Amino acid sequence: MRSFTYERASLAQEAAAKAQETPGAKFIAGGTNLLDLMKLEIETPQHLIDVNGLKFDKIEKTEDGGLRIGALVRNTALAADMRVRRDYGVLSRALLAGASGQLRNKATTAGNLLQRTRCPYFYDTNQPCNKRTPGSGCAAIAGYSRQLGVIGVSEACIATNPSDMAVAMRALDAEVETIDAAGRTRKIPIADFHRLPGDRPDLETTLSSGELITAVTLPPPLRGTHIYKKVRDRASYAFALVSVAAVLQRDGTGRLAVGGVAPKPWRIEKAEAELRGGAKPFSARLLADAKPTNENAFKVTLVERTVAAVMHEARQK
Amino acid sequence: MKFDTAAEANPIDRMRVVGRAHPRIDGPLKTTGRAAYAYEHHDVVTNPAYGVIVGSAIGKGRIARIDLTVAERAPGVIAVVTAENAGKLGKGKHNTAKLLGGPDIDHYHQAVAVVVATTFEQATAAAALVRVEYAQAEGRFDLDEALKTAPLAKDPNSPEKQGPPESRTGDFEQAFAQAPVKLDELYTTPDQSHSMMEPHASLAAWNGEELTIWTSNQMIDWGRTDLAITLGIPKENVRFVSPYVGGGFGCKLFLRSDAVMAALGAKAAGRPVKVALPRPFVPNSTTHRPATRQRIRIGATADGNILAIAHESGSGNLPDGQPETATNQTRLLYAGANRLTSMRLAVLDLPEGNAMRAPGEAPGLMALEIAMDELAEKLGMDPVELRVRNDTQVDPEKPERPFSERNLVGCLREGAERFGWQRRNSSPGAVRDGNWLVGMGMAVAFRNNMNIPSGARVRLGQDGRVTVETDMTDIGTGSYTIIAQTAAEMMGVDIENVLVRLGDSAFPISSGSGGQFGANSSTSGVYAACVKLREAVAQRLGFNSADATFTHGQVLGGNRSAKLIDAVRDGELVAEDKIEWGGLDKSYQQSTFGAHFVEAAVDGFTGEIRVRRMLAVCAAGRILNPLTARSQVIGAMTMGVGAALMEELAVDKRRGFFVNHDLAGYEVPVHADIPHQEVIFLDEADDKVSPMKAKGVAELGICGVAAAVANAVYNATGVRVRDYPVTLDKHLNSLPAVS
Ligand SMILES: Cc1cc2nc3c(=O)[nH]c(=O)nc-3n(C[C@H](O)[C@H](O)[C@H](O)COP(=O)(O)OP(=O)(O)OC[C@H]3O[C@@H](n4cnc5c(N)ncnc54)[C@H](O)[C@@H]3O)c2cc1C
Ligand code: SF4
Repeated sequence: MRSFTYERASLAQEAAAKAQETPGAKFIAGGTNLLDLMKLEIETPQHLIDVNGLKFDKIEKTEDGGLRIGALVRNTALAADMRVRRDYGVLSRALLAGASGQLRNKATTAGNLLQRTRCPYFYDTNQPCNKRTPGSGCAAIAGYSRQLGVIGVSEACIATNPSDMAVAMRALDAEVETIDAAGRTRKIPIADFHRLPGDRPDLETTLSSGELITAVTLPPPLRGTHIYKKVRDRASYAFALVSVAAVLQRDGTGRLAVGGVAPKPWRIEKAEAELRGGAKPFSARLLADAKPTNENAFKVTLVERTVAAVMHEARQK
Repeated sequence: MKFDTAAEANPIDRMRVVGRAHPRIDGPLKTTGRAAYAYEHHDVVTNPAYGVIVGSAIGKGRIARIDLTVAERAPGVIAVVTAENAGKLGKGKHNTAKLLGGPDIDHYHQAVAVVVATTFEQATAAAALVRVEYAQAEGRFDLDEALKTAPLAKDPNSPEKQGPPESRTGDFEQAFAQAPVKLDELYTTPDQSHSMMEPHASLAAWNGEELTIWTSNQMIDWGRTDLAITLGIPKENVRFVSPYVGGGFGCKLFLRSDAVMAALGAKAAGRPVKVALPRPFVPNSTTHRPATRQRIRIGATADGNILAIAHESGSGNLPDGQPETATNQTRLLYAGANRLTSMRLAVLDLPEGNAMRAPGEAPGLMALEIAMDELAEKLGMDPVELRVRNDTQVDPEKPERPFSERNLVGCLREGAERFGWQRRNSSPGAVRDGNWLVGMGMAVAFRNNMNIPSGARVRLGQDGRVTVETDMTDIGTGSYTIIAQTAAEMMGVDIENVLVRLGDSAFPISSGSGGQFGANSSTSGVYAACVKLREAVAQRLGFNSADATFTHGQVLGGNRSAKLIDAVRDGELVAEDKIEWGGLDKSYQQSTFGAHFVEAAVDGFTGEIRVRRMLAVCAAGRILNPLTARSQVIGAMTMGVGAALMEELAVDKRRGFFVNHDLAGYEVPVHADIPHQEVIFLDEADDKVSPMKAKGVAELGICGVAAAVANAVYNATGVRVRDYPVTLDKHLNSLPAVS
């Protein structure tokens, strides 16, 4: 770990301004991802701005009947919130499928959205990795890629976004609220929040320099059956091979986002038109452009079968 | 004491303390954080500096240049040691690759430098500033490729790795060709990492020429000897201390770079130095279980008698490394007149392969016990019955040589009964529970017993307390407790009156912990020392030692009795002895046996596998403490589930290293993976093995588990997977269609 300076922020706009003007500055919230990466010198910020003192720790109703989740609401608190459990079950279940109780107690809503990939080569600074060291190459594509992405990937990077929470938020059409150095606020639809890697896999979101997440808003509750199914090699405490966040209706229509397969939660609204035809045509459409490696080609089948499992579960309810 | 004739009745047979379910006497120290592990000896030195190791970034090649200038100037840095300035180093007897690389690099993450600084953070930061330029060389990283031309392994030179590279009995080829029912399949097991909770760590302090190492090691004398060899100093100048070990599973049998680099760093810094390996170094910088490729052929009569059995295994290792002895059990487990086993060994430039969690039998049974399941199906026979049919009470290669005790059939019958095996549906893929496909599987557990010479010193103090000192280690197994039980039984005192001191090279050399030899060997050593102490007590009290009884703090003999404590009125008594082993293992095959039963469920949609129930029945001599033995076996069963379903070091064959080198990438079972586990020990006392009449039991617990799981998965799905770990991608495409 490199030496760094540290400050506690008390005002959102000041924090954003400070982050923008200080070279190598980063926000720190729960620290469950950033500190691990700093210890391995995968991230080497020179200055940390601790945002835990900002008052973004509430879950409130919005005017249109949705929910605004403060950027600092812990994953445990969000998953346990009665309104979330009742009206946004898919989100609560996705959160509880992630990490461990201890980590969820620390992890924040914003930090979770910005957690970085779990590609094993990204974690080993001896290895070439375009995401960690732009231009150095990608060790994973011809290497050990069983966990990695099959769609939305590029020739520069095939890493996945590992968040469970974000997959549910994508199914719910959440929006990310931010404030920048100049005090301007904006709402970014979650679909536009994460970038595809292209030839710059180091750029992962559409946030601008210093831009601070203040909240995530959920639209009014979506009726239907809320399901989050996470498929993994062990029963708990593992990242998804494939996960499916779904809100399904009795008539077989619904929304469905998939995790574990792409650099962002993977959802194609047009593919949802195929849902009435069943898992097969839906998945074929969703993954029409998939470019799996030999090692992760099974994920294409696994998506279809997991979608089938989710649809089956919805029919049972 | 030499053990060369079967044990007669002795004080252990009373089983007043031995054989009782006594909780671990070191437990309270551990649960309250007072047991000091290697990195936590805060009271032994006052001013430790911190060493952080730099590991090689390449798998094979040379260091062209090391530039230390930036690192040396970094804040807090006291010293940087590399092969260039370390002086001449030797290589330990038990090490395959040298522990400090350079200029030649033998494997990925081989230590190439240690940076010593005032704080751990400074040392870590400075270690990242060591600039190493490598000249990469072509390495051999692909086991399948290397096995194409690999020769038979050389004859073994260490007792850990018994068995010749090839064994033949009868005429396998002919008998197999003529057998009415045949099986011929290939099975693979992957490289695996021990993944013990505590990574390797050492604290080194020099006092002139004398070096003390507080470390985490299973084998004190091996470590001490190899450290002396590595540093080129007399063994007498090294003290090796390891009272508590946070798990080892074979990964801490040997001296590793933490101890060497701590010693070198402390010398260079002129003050004590602590070094711990970071978790990502464990897989590539230490040892691992080598992958295997196993071909099994079995020919049988239509009613299930084995006529011919062949087990050929290939594995790889660094030059001069050992093979994974995966064929061991096949020489002894089942009857059959025509037999062949062989082990090939390829040279690989991956990190050093070595003993892990029942080396040999664990991966060997992963293959053999699937093969037996497959054979049972071909024969239309129940898998339990097939094993019973082919039981043997003698070494099948040398029929004049019986087993000392062998109650495998008892394990199978008891297990089948308790598990409800008769409810298993023998047609695979036939049982459903909602979306789950459900199956049952079983496998035999077999692990040879090994005895190692083991010494101990016992002292009867004037306060009436008995102190035992031996360099035996407790790696979480319960050594402290069973040794205390042994001494209490022998001296006729309460266990509360026994103090056990372990893991210090100042004490008599013991067996150490490994190969499931520790419990039986070390308690036998304590037994021997206690026999001597009893003689000394008897003499002081005027008893004829042979017929004196020690019980409840009293010594009884003839028609008189005396208080034990009276023997030390004029001064304490100390006795030291060592158990040595005669030829009983030549005349009797000494092994341990068990049967594993597993129920598993497979998600009919996703192919995910979850174990539902597990049962182990073990026949392994006298059980010294059913509580600690049970803990050993359920831990081993858990590791078996890991081997079956998830544990695999992924090899990058171009870059030459294990890629998933942390606990996020290398998955081991979590609580949610482990269902109800039941363990039954059959009542046994094996007088041909030791005065304790016990055998090893821990590693037996893992042997066969993975195959039992794989067989249960097959019974659930009807899809046979022969490549471990059995992950969902390997059967997904063959599962029933879903819509
Ligand atoms: C062992 C382990 C297992 C895990 N398993 C899972 C799993 O199964 N599923 C899963 O989804 N996750 C998993 N995680 C990841 C975990 O969910 C994340 O580490 C956590 O959500 C990150 O939140 P944090 O608040 O700690 O973020 P931090 O580590 O504090 O920050 C992460 C990033 O977000 C930035 N940031 C933080 N707050 C803001 C803000 N307000 N505005 C702008 N930028 C901000 C930081 O600068 C940093 O770049 C696991 C983590 C670990 C360590
Ligand atoms: S897949 Fe992406 S993160 Fe992984 S090594 Fe390649 S560039 Fe790096």
